[in-house]
Amino acid sequence: MTETARRLQEDDKTTRRQVGATLASPAVAMPGPNAPVWDDAANERERRQARIRQVATRGVLYVTATFFALFAALPFAWMILTVFKQNTDLYDPNRNPVLFNDPPTLGNITFLFERTEYATFARNTLVVAVLVVLVTLIGAVPAAYSLSRLAGRWGEGLGIAIFLVYLVPPTLLFIPLSRVVADLGLRNTWWAMVLVYPTFTIPFCTWLLMGFFKSIPRDIEEQAMIDGYSRLGAIWRTVLPVSVPGLLTVVVFSFALTMHEFVYALAFVTSSHQKTISIGVTTELIRGDVFFWQSLMAAAAIVAIPIALLYNLFLDRFIAGFTLGAVKG
Amino acid sequence: MAVVEVRELSKRFDGVAAVDGIDLASTDGEFLVLLGPSGCGKTTLLRMIGGLEPPTDGDILIGGRVVTNLPPRARQIAMVFQSYALYPHMTVYNNIAFPLKAAKLPKAEQTRRVAWAAGILGIEGFLDRKPRQLSGGQRQRVALARALVREPTVFLLDEPLSNLDAQRRASARDELQGFQRRVGTTTIYVTHDQVEAMGMGDRIAVMEQGRIRQVGTPHEIYDEPADTFVATFLGSPPMNLIPDAASGELLGFRPEHFIPWEAGMGNDWVRFPYHVHRTEYLGAERLLYGEVGEAKAVARFPANSDINTEIGSTTDYAVRRNDLKRFHPETGLRLDRPTNGRQP
Repeated sequence: MTETARRLQEDDKTTRRQVGATLASPAVAMPGPNAPVWDDAANERERRQARIRQVATRGVLYVTATFFALFAALPFAWMILTVFKQNTDLYDPNRNPVLFNDPPTLGNITFLFERTEYATFARNTLVVAVLVVLVTLIGAVPAAYSLSRLAGRWGEGLGIAIFLVYLVPPTLLFIPLSRVVADLGLRNTWWAMVLVYPTFTIPFCTWLLMGFFKSIPRDIEEQAMIDGYSRLGAIWRTVLPVSVPGLLTVVVFSFALTMHEFVYALAFVTSSHQKTISIGVTTELIRGDVFFWQSLMAAAAIVAIPIALLYNLFLDRFIAGFTLGAVKG
Repeated sequence: MAVVEVRELSKRFDGVAAVDGIDLASTDGEFLVLLGPSGCGKTTLLRMIGGLEPPTDGDILIGGRVVTNLPPRARQIAMVFQSYALYPHMTVYNNIAFPLKAAKLPKAEQTRRVAWAAGILGIEGFLDRKPRQLSGGQRQRVALARALVREPTVFLLDEPLSNLDAQRRASARDELQGFQRRVGTTTIYVTHDQVEAMGMGDRIAVMEQGRIRQVGTPHEIYDEPADTFVATFLGSPPMNLIPDAASGELLGFRPEHFIPWEAGMGNDWVRFPYHVHRTEYLGAERLLYGEVGEAKAVARFPANSDINTEIGSTTDYAVRRNDLKRFHPETGLRLDRPTNGRQP
């Protein structure tokens, strides 16, 4: 925002200068080629107009930003509000929906933990996410390194080919994959997800990390090899520590993906104690046409808030990760 | 400390020879400079000695041991890259200690050695800083300290001064040479800068297109060039080459040996009619640009000399016979050279 504002100000300055020049040149005789004569009144008027324009631009900017911020925050606010509402308060159309007409309650949260297997879902999600992150790192780091450093001019093309795999939609892939999962005897266990999620986290993260590795000078690795390490030792001690932002992006991406992935989870897992949050909540808290709205919202909020905080903590590095991949990948 | 030797060493990239059958040996403790224009193969040669590039053919020996197929870590060498290649995520201390950690030295010994190397390079003050907080000159010294700390048998330096500004470079040259004399480690130094080569090298190997044109002391290289490439690559302005109508050979002489002819100059002087176009005043010296017959020739004088040749005039200039070098007009090889080193 500040960056944009500064650029806008600079734009203003250039326009002002140009306008000033056109005002001065036809009317007044120029004493020298580089000394424009300024009409004081015109100058003052100019400055005031520029001022107004600047304030107006700022205003539009802030209004727009505020609008989108509210737009994005509204579902969250609604979610939090709903969590603490009692049934009568939520369902009565005559009551003000944004106020607590009945006292707020924690009952919906206790319901979630005591009457459903939410704790199991959460634990499954965490285990699956950690495993997926590990598998992704183990697969993507060596792949990205070898494609960016060892594969020569084939590397780029192969990297893009691998990335294209990521674009095949899961709704198409889950049918053949279900055979694979069944043949491996992983049907109806969360291991199915540990197996399947890397099929799209690894291609994406490989492509992402390729951009990172390319931006790291070879000299550093070669120096480490001269200084007494094997190639693997050199990678471990120089390339990986320097690409922490990229690795972090991979971790956050894979983790978040496991949290929200729905299609595969729904297709491969049916028994409650194997479910992750994304399907567990939607299948257990929507019974027929009965929606347990408050508990649904609670289930979502409990996952969403830590993730949102995590994202914010690493936001800069996350953006750096994605944009670097985009430019150099 | 060790002798570095390469035998029949070649490197081809996709069939193109970057290094083309080079034989070269250093002496123990020598400062050997590989000098040549960019793309002449000097860096590739250095990288092969360092083990970063596998040779296509030939052998590399360090201290009498064949190391051709050994990985870099088994060669007991240290290298300083043009970029210095400091580890950006480590402090200066950890950068310098890195080779010691790789060698699994005890912690106390590491500390002692880092302090020793930092002391020699005068960088004790910023061991806690990260490389990005250092100036170019400081970074260079950290890179040297890291190279030194392991007490390697050979230093390989790849244009380590080219990232410094011109002023800093002169003093860095001085420091680097002093440093090498002090530690006495065999050093192979790659550069395209003839001033660095002349100023620092015990010997210079001049390379072009993957081959060595001449190896010799700075004096030999400058005064007795083996061919027209060496003659015109070194010296600024380079050696003048004038075709000799009588013999068909090329006559070469340095601009500073080209002076107005005076009556009384005896038989050991050769006269040339010199047509002057233009003069350049460079502070310490003055250059005259002109022609001898069809060929361009430059004359150089100290700025305070009283030589006064008019622009546009043709006057007689002369070169002492001893300062005239004779080259073959096609191959460019030296014809009159005493037999020390490479001959046709």
